[in-house]
Amino acid sequence: MKYTFDFASLQEYWPEFLRGALMTLEMTAIATVLGMVIGVLCAIGRRGKRPWLAALCGAYVEVVRNTPYLIQIFFIFFGLASAGLKLPIFAAAILTMVFNVGAYTAEIVRAGMDTIHPGQIEAAEALGLSVPQIYWDVILRPALERVYPSLTGQFVLMMLSSSVTSQISAEELTGVANSVQSESFRSFETFIVVAVLYFLMAMLLKFAFFLVGQAMFPRRRRLGTPL
Amino acid sequence: MSAVVKLHDIHKSFGAIEVLKGVSFEIDRGEVVAIIGRSGSGKSTALRCINRLETIQSGTLEVCGHRLDQPTLDLRALRQDVGMVFQSYNLFPHLTVEQNITLAPRRVKRLPNSQARALAQESLERVGLAEKIDCYPEQLSGGQQQRVAIARSLAMQPKVMLFDEVTSALDPQLTGEVLRVMETLAQGGMTMAVVTHEMTFARRVADRVIFMHQGRVWETGPGEMLENPQTPELQAFLSNGL
Repeated sequence: MKYTFDFASLQEYWPEFLRGALMTLEMTAIATVLGMVIGVLCAIGRRGKRPWLAALCGAYVEVVRNTPYLIQIFFIFFGLASAGLKLPIFAAAILTMVFNVGAYTAEIVRAGMDTIHPGQIEAAEALGLSVPQIYWDVILRPALERVYPSLTGQFVLMMLSSSVTSQISAEELTGVANSVQSESFRSFETFIVVAVLYFLMAMLLKFAFFLVGQAMFPRRRRLGTPL
Repeated sequence: MSAVVKLHDIHKSFGAIEVLKGVSFEIDRGEVVAIIGRSGSGKSTALRCINRLETIQSGTLEVCGHRLDQPTLDLRALRQDVGMVFQSYNLFPHLTVEQNITLAPRRVKRLPNSQARALAQESLERVGLAEKIDCYPEQLSGGQQQRVAIARSLAMQPKVMLFDEVTSALDPQLTGEVLRVMETLAQGGMTMAVVTHEMTFARRVADRVIFMHQGRVWETGPGEMLENPQTPELQAFLSNGL
């Protein structure tokens, strides 16, 4: 194999790479927050007493988890367009990410909620707490503490798979890489650079989740034991 | 003395199995009633009906003026009047002792955060655990956890307290420390319904003992009735324990 690496010719594209990486991070941040909200609501819906709501949430989770992400992107992007709703690409990309990660989050959160012993809920009921209060204070907080590693893993995975949104020409890191390599003809170098950037972003994201976890779970921080 | 808990002809089934077959008894203000009986006799179910952890099929049930057999029942008001302590403590593992105790007062009674710690302190002093205020449940022994659970219930200032086999998971020494706390409560005038296997406690502390058998109140009387059982079933129950 005879290949001469030439990273120098990529130097002029640094601002591009940086812009793409920032966009990926921005999309990830927004989709993490919204995906969390959708996931928690969907998990509650699936556990709830209304059969139609449980069925609806269940169907959403199954559809998303059993179809390819790329197809979901096309479905949402072109589907909405044919329905006359023309979203900006950035918004459409985030929408697909939220739609996708919400379902995975819902399953993880539901698994966490299922670990809460019924006695905990009875004790809270006996103390006069309302159903929303019980969900918030007695079910959700310990449930999230238990499944936090799986959750963070899922969101890192979402950040990585956001590269697929380049298919609807989102200008995130992979989209940028595609333009850069077609202009510079240094495909191998371009994707090496991009791989390193993704790796660094994944590390950054994990560190951010670690800090959030430290703030959210004081018991864990103090005792270091699993709940 | 007016009765604060009144059960009359309560029927309750789980599926096809009828666990309460017409249970009637009353508890007066300040009275301590011990409910004893074999596993499956319906004693825990009867207790759990009092704060609506179980719903009844028929009969009349009134607790602190709340009619539990009526659809107009204000469940949250009932739960504020009735405290409950469980066999498995059911402390919230992710919260400190202080947060466990003050969660319901803060959420339900809108207690300001500035007063929360003082309330926790005061409740813990009643169970002799003031120094554990910043611990997490897992750092406490079973007996201490149960005493915190009692403090948590006390912090809501209930008018009636229900105890559901609260010492069954504890060794004799820890059982002793929990029973002493309950005895102090009883002397302080708390209205208590205590489902228990501790016959010594029933005899010594309870004003009245209710023996349940096969979903019915089988025999009832003062603590001394345990020394002189009238029915062969209570006789058999007591001698099996020896």
